[in-house]
This record gives sequence, C-alpha cells and structure tokens, in this order.
Amino acid sequence: MKRKSIDYSKWGYFFILPFFISFFVFSLIPLADTIRYSFYEYYRSGIKEIGPNFVGMENYVSLLKSDMLKYAGNTFILWIIGFIPQIVIALLLAEWFVDARLKIHGKQFFKVVIYLPNLIMASAFAMLFFTMFSTNGPINSILMNMGLLSKPIDFMGTVFGTRSLVGLMNFLMWFGNTTIMLMAAIMGISPDIFEASELDGCNSFQRFFRITLPLIRPILAYTLITSIIGGLQMFDVPQILTNGQGNPDRTSMTLIMFLNSHLKSKNYGMAGSLSVYLFIVSGILCFIVYRMTNGKDDKGGR
Amino acid sequence: MKKKLVSMLLVGTMVAGMFAGCGGSDNGSASDAGTNADASEASDAGDADSGTADEGSDAAEAPAGDEGKVINIYSWNNEFKERVEAVYPEVQETSSDGTVTTLKDGTEIHWIVNPNQDGVYQQKLDEALMNQADAAADDKIDMFLSETDYVFKYTDAEADVAMPLKDLGIDPDKDLSDQYSFTKVTASDANGVQRGSTWQCCPGLLVYRRDIAEDVFGTDDPEQIGEKVKDWDTLKATAAELKEKGYYTFSSYADTFRLYGNSIPQPWVTAGETTVKVDQKIMDWVETSKEWLDAGYYDKSVKGQWNDDWNKAMGSASKVFAFLFPAWGIDFTLKPNWDGGDGAWAVTNPPQEYNWGGSYVHACVGTDNPQHVKDIIMAVTGNKDNLMKISKDYTDFTNTQSGMQDAAKDDSFGSQFLGGQNAFTYFAPVAENIQIAPLSAYDQGCVELIQNAFSDYFQGQVDFDKAKSNFETAIKERYPEITEISWPE
Repeated sequence: MKRKSIDYSKWGYFFILPFFISFFVFSLIPLADTIRYSFYEYYRSGIKEIGPNFVGMENYVSLLKSDMLKYAGNTFILWIIGFIPQIVIALLLAEWFVDARLKIHGKQFFKVVIYLPNLIMASAFAMLFFTMFSTNGPINSILMNMGLLSKPIDFMGTVFGTRSLVGLMNFLMWFGNTTIMLMAAIMGISPDIFEASELDGCNSFQRFFRITLPLIRPILAYTLITSIIGGLQMFDVPQILTNGQGNPDRTSMTLIMFLNSHLKSKNYGMAGSLSVYLFIVSGILCFIVYRMTNGKDDKGGR
Repeated sequence: MKKKLVSMLLVGTMVAGMFAGCGGSDNGSASDAGTNADASEASDAGDADSGTADEGSDAAEAPAGDEGKVINIYSWNNEFKERVEAVYPEVQETSSDGTVTTLKDGTEIHWIVNPNQDGVYQQKLDEALMNQADAAADDKIDMFLSETDYVFKYTDAEADVAMPLKDLGIDPDKDLSDQYSFTKVTASDANGVQRGSTWQCCPGLLVYRRDIAEDVFGTDDPEQIGEKVKDWDTLKATAAELKEKGYYTFSSYADTFRLYGNSIPQPWVTAGETTVKVDQKIMDWVETSKEWLDAGYYDKSVKGQWNDDWNKAMGSASKVFAFLFPAWGIDFTLKPNWDGGDGAWAVTNPPQEYNWGGSYVHACVGTDNPQHVKDIIMAVTGNKDNLMKISKDYTDFTNTQSGMQDAAKDDSFGSQFLGGQNAFTYFAPVAENIQIAPLSAYDQGCVELIQNAFSDYFQGQVDFDKAKSNFETAIKERYPEITEISWPE
C-alpha cells in the first residue's frame, strides 16, 4: 500500500484475457496439433481410425513426390491472372476517382457498385458463373443467337477457359476492394505536392508515376501481401467451378483443394504436413515482399 | 481498497445470481417438459384402455418400460420418415417441423437429417458413431440409413456398427424371405451376416421418348423398342439409326456407367488387400464410351450426371432419345426436368439388367430401443401389405418378390407420367435377373473418381495413359491406405 497512484494496467490485461483464451483454445492448440500430426500417420479408413503412428518426415517426403508443386504452379497462375488486371484497373480507377480535376459525377454510386461483387459469397458467385458459362448456358445461347458462334464454346472443358473464368471471378470480386483501399491511400497524399507538381508543369503520367505510385507504396505492399496470402488460400471459386476436381486434367487444382481432398479421408497427417509447407511458403513470400517494398525506404531514409 | 473489494463482491454475487437464475429456469422448463410428456403419455394409455385393444396397449407399454424414450434415426432426406409415417402402425403424430415423431406409447423418434451432398451425411454419421459408446442412452443412434455406394462401410464386420439382424430377433431367411435376394446380399458383411434391410429395390430400365421413337422407328410400342435395345450390339445399330436422324441415344457416357460398374464380378478392393483392381468391365465401359462419344451417339455437351446440362437433356428441346433409370430416377429426376405433358415417355427393358441405388436401414450397435427398431424394420421392409402400399403411394419398386409380380399384372399400378403404362411389368423381370457386384468399402470413391478421370479422356483433354495415372493419383488421395492400382491386361 505504499503506492499512492492507482495502477490500472492489470485491468487492461484482464479485459484482453478473453481474446487470449479464445485464441489459445481455438487457434494456437489446433495450430500446434497440425504441426504435431504432420509427423504422424493418422487417417480414417471407413469408420476405422488408423494411427496416430509416428512416421517422422514421411508425409513431407511423399508430398514432395506427389504433384504438389504442380498444384502450387496452378495456384500461382490462377492468382496472377486475377491479380494483374485487378491491380491495374484498381490503380486507374482510384486515380480517376481521386483526381479533382476530372470531376466525375456519382462517385459514391460507382464506389458502391464496384464493391458489390465482393459482398456476394464466393461460392455463390462461382455457382453463378458455372451456370452462366455451362455449355448450354445463357452466355453460349446469347452468343449463338447473335450469330457470333455456330457451335457452343465448351468453356469449362478447356484449360484456358477454366483458368480464365477463375481469374475473371477473382478480378471481379476484388478490384472494388482494392480500388477503395488505393483511393484512401492516394487521398492521404498531401494536396500540396500535387499542386506544386502542377505548377512545375508535370503532366498526368509524370504525376502518377513519379508522385502517386511512390507515395502509396506501403499500401500497395499491403495489397500485394494480402492478395498473395488470399491467393495461396484460393479454394472456393475453383472448387465450386470444377466440382472439386480441378478439371480438366487437374490443371485448376489449387493447393487448398489438394489439402481438401486429403481431408475427405480425414488424413490429418498428410494434410498437416501440406499446411506446414503452405505456412513456410507464405512466410517466405511475405518476407520477400516486405523487403522488396520497404528496402528502398530504408536507404532513402538514411 | 476496501470499497473495491465490496464492489467486486457485489458484482460477483450479481453474476452468480444471474447464472443461478438461468439454471433455475432451465430446470423449471425441463421439468415442465417432463410433466407434459408424462401427461400426454398417461392420456394415451387412457385412450387405449378405453378402446377395445387392451392387449395392444399392454404390448406397446411393455417395451417402453425397459427401453429408452428416444429413438434417434440418422438419414439424408425425408424418404424414410415418410415411409415410416405411412406404414408403421404405432406412429401417432409428427411435430410440425418434422423433426420429432411421437409413437403411441410416448416414445419419440428424433429424425437427424443431414444432406448427402459432399459426404456431409457420412461425416456427421461417422462422428456420431465414434461417440456412440460414450453417448447417453437417449443420445445414442438407434437406427441409420445408408446407400448402396457406401453400405459396405457400415456393414463391415470389423467396424461393427450395424447390428446383425439376427441379434435383433429377425431371421432373414424366414422373416425376409420375400425380399429380392440381391438386396440381402448387399446388406450383408463379408461373412454373409445380414446387417441391414431395405424397403426398396432399384432395378433399372430404359426410359425413352415416344415422339423420337415414332419419328425414327415408326413405332413407339415398348415391345418393339425393347427389341431394338435388347443388348449392346443391337443397341449400337439402333444408335446409328438415331444418329442419322440427328438424335442422341443417351445424354452422356455417365448414363451407361451403372450398367457396367454395378455388375463387376469381383469387388474393387478385395477385403484385407490394399490394391484397387479395375475390372475389365470398367475398361469395356471406357472403350465403348469413347467409341460412342466419337461416333456422336452421346451429346458431347453433357459432361456427366447431376448437372445443369444433364437436366436440360431431359427437356423437350433436347435431342436425347433415352435414359437409363430405376424407379426413383423416373420419379425424382426425369419427371421434374420434363417440361411437356404426361405420356411422352415410356419404359422398356434395358440392354442389360442392372441395379442403381437403394437405401438400407440399419439398427445401430448400442441402441437402447432394440424392440422398437426391430418393429420399424419389419414394418417398413418386411411386411408385404405395407410394401404394396408404399409402391402404390410413392411408386417405389419395393422389396417383395411376390408383391411385385402381382403389381406387374395389376393395371392399377400404371404410372400417370408414363401415360398409364405399368412400369412394374418391366421392373419385375429385371429385378429377378440382377447380378449385383460384390461390394467393398471403397466403392463410392472408385465409382466417382474413375468417371472423373476418364471424363478428360473422353473429351480429348488427356490421353488414355494420363487418365489412368490421374485415377491412380486421385484414388490414393481419397484412400491413403491404397498402395497399388492394377489394370486389366
């Protein structure tokens, strides 16, 4: 009782306790278990449980021997064909929306509209595309009625078609979100800089590449990181579109779909080691991106 | 400091009071429910007593005395519930939301329904079965249903989750002698002990469009069309005729799979082994499918079953001549997708006898209501009158040999959708000649994955060997214990 001032800090701990308890129970223990089981043979055959038997690194080795790397490639391709148009369009729209001199009317309306696709559940969106682009679906009928096609296109039967559809969906779902994020970033730049650049006779290209882009780099990095992590976890869109098969010839099978097909037999061991691989890969990717985007800043600061 | 202590104490008591309050009201409502149930039971007994059937009420009360109050039944739709409500005499009423059926002796049937899609039903059932030993008596599963594709997983002797019917007091040889023998084989484990029973039997037929038949062959008579599709060679010649007029024989290669796949002479995986043996019949299916697809006998735009394109192929705008369906397929799949009037379709004999589907009823090991379970199984699957009623009301082809022979001769069993044609005339002989494939616990995955793998091959996406290796990859993923896949030479 020597202290006169009241110490409230323990209440802070007290109030954040629920979060830590739930994090511990629902995230940390399962995480530790995932890593632990990745060293075990542990699955279900029918309704008989096999294992857990310790097998060391066997799961990791057999995953490397499987087509895992091919699926990693698929995941990357599916992500990149969605991400490139997404970031380009989002940058363009953000620049236009923020540019005071363009005086676009109904900005608020457009902001809502481009964000809307993100509100639809990904699986519902995929189901919609699946129906629209099926061989006897509305898209084919419209094209045929317009006389543009003589025979229906088998969109989902070709590698190019399926991948493009997945890319298109990811693009449509996320470009609005990215646009709004980048708009916030551009609006955060001091108008003084833009004014000064205009007085100096900067054209809009110069302004965009020399001022806007460098100054929103932290937000761009954030977008890239979240998109990569999201891309690695790509699941629902290709899963629903290809009925979980990654057709044709498993060319649109993503890593998480691969993981999911292990969980059909409750193969916790194999699925666990795949998760550990994913964890390592996303860790490395984040680190690279983080260094890439922050590296120059460090030098500039010094 | 003291003040704080007091306030904490106050808060503490308040919270405690709140929880206590909750607990109290909970108890209250539970006991309320208990008394309600008791009351209704008592009144039931009273009703029965005031009636004439004294023995009936005694019989009903006796098992209730030493049996649990709740019968839990796992299924994936309301089909079985409707059948039970229709024919089980002890049923009193079903709650408005359909989850609880009360029997006359006060026992409640709780229906636990999970959809079959994506294996959800099996996942939920498996979880519950794993916890069966530790569950409280009234939470234990008493009965569950399974489909032909995975019935073996549950009838497996080693897994021991489905009770042998003998242990329930049902003698399959005597009590179920009128059932089709292949359904009894399907419901038995590897040692031949029957561990399930079914009310339905799913012989398949060829269902064809009368207008197309008229256009191509000049007749829509089921006898004459039957002659044109009586075996695979004849059907192939017929297919060429249909093709000339611009029609497809079937919608897709998946349509014929069950005819080949459900009559393989050896199981996919022999018990105790870890090798998947792909049967020659499956390879025949692959070969024929590729040949027929390339020849234009199937609609190229329809890829597999249960999708939008397939459903559309059953519409009036489609050029597809026929489908291969058992009774449920005609009722639940073809009928809803057909947009024309009744009488446009007719049935005839298939090129090969086959069975497709079927739901089996099992008593679960650990049940606390064996008497009720036995009664329900017998009422729904082993009583000819009840089965005939199901056939009439739900157009199921039911599991009674003598009954179905009667139905085949009885024109009152004619189907409105088929323009009054009596499909039982064609179902009955097929059912008697079915050679059912021996089952293994891996059937569902094998059947599903082999079709997927070769789908790419049929469409020209991959070559034959790649399709084979894709199947090998997929099956090993699904069943980690599988080590080898052997292909016929």
